[in-house]
Amino acid sequence: MKKYLVLFWTMFKIGLFTFGGGYAMIAIFEHEFVEKKKWLSSDEFLNLVSIAETTPGPIAINASTYIGYRIGKILGSVIATIAMVLPSFIIILLIAIFFNKFMDIKIIQDAFKGIKVVVIFLIISAGIKLLIKLEKNVFNYVVLILTIILMIVFSLFAVNFSAIFYILISGFIGLLILLIKNKKEKKVNKNV
Amino acid sequence: MFKLFLIFLKIGAFSFGGGYGMIAMVKEECLLNNWLTEDEILEFIGICESTPGPIAVNMATFVGYSQYGFIGSLLATFGVILPAFLIILLIVSILNKLLENKYVSTFLTTIKPAVVGLIIGTAILLFLSIIFSITRIDSSFDFDYQSLIIFSIITLIFLGIKFFFKKKIHPILLIIIGGILGILFNL
Repeated sequence: MKKYLVLFWTMFKIGLFTFGGGYAMIAIFEHEFVEKKKWLSSDEFLNLVSIAETTPGPIAINASTYIGYRIGKILGSVIATIAMVLPSFIIILLIAIFFNKFMDIKIIQDAFKGIKVVVIFLIISAGIKLLIKLEKNVFNYVVLILTIILMIVFSLFAVNFSAIFYILISGFIGLLILLIKNKKEKKVNKNV
Repeated sequence: MFKLFLIFLKIGAFSFGGGYGMIAMVKEECLLNNWLTEDEILEFIGICESTPGPIAVNMATFVGYSQYGFIGSLLATFGVILPAFLIILLIVSILNKLLENKYVSTFLTTIKPAVVGLIIGTAILLFLSIIFSITRIDSSFDFDYQSLIIFSIITLIFLGIKFFFKKKIHPILLIIIGGILGILFNL
């Protein structure tokens, strides 16, 4: 029972304080579940991020369902997802009701200016942390650097290239290398 | 009203890679169904990006409320979440078996650098856009001292606490500090 309460409260808190969408949320998930609670290993966390990225739907929902299931099966995933959605649902509902008055408040605009900057910092630190834990080999470095360069160039030249393509291309090249290796091994075996 | 649910179900099922791709789809559907004008949509996006929580959920709640009040927001939000929830449930429940398959595990291992690259790339692009207002190759250069100062302060606080107390400051605390700094700088 306590497990579910902790799960609900943690997800609710994350849902309440994460600005700027999925990537910022990944930073907070990492802090809460890998570093503090140690519910997930760093390797499993990267699996989670990969799966959340390659499946449709909001990353935050994918990740909460995944973590919830790991901790308490189906009940856990339902609790985690509801807890994640609830704060933003309530906040947006309130804003929608008082729509026009909200964005005119100067102090809120100023606060958001500062918050935006922190969001960038959080995403950078999440990226660096995952980078440090990435296995160090030539394939990983090449894919990593190519992804970053292509992403910046495409974005600056307003070319529409969905994030999922980088992931799929990288995955298929990996499979291709595996297939080539398998063939070589078979040849070697035949020669023996 | 059922159509509202179906459309957000579709958006939830076909948008990959998080909120930013989803925004384009929500915009298209809202215009197509004459729910909102282009101006209203832009205002909604601004609010959804600057309030906490997943952007997709925020957008669904907002658009749903604008059409059918509370019930509308409930239906749209439920619709946008459902596909992601079901797909992930299916994947995790068979993940361990999937990982025993050599091809699946190779795929998951080789996409890791791309995922890390996407996160770092996103951060660099946001940095360029907020500090230097560069979003396109031909956008005019505009240096935002204030944001750079806030960024430096946040970095110093983070590194200082890590160095002197051997502890990590909670990201939520950093967000609150950022909000306060934003207000103080504009007094």
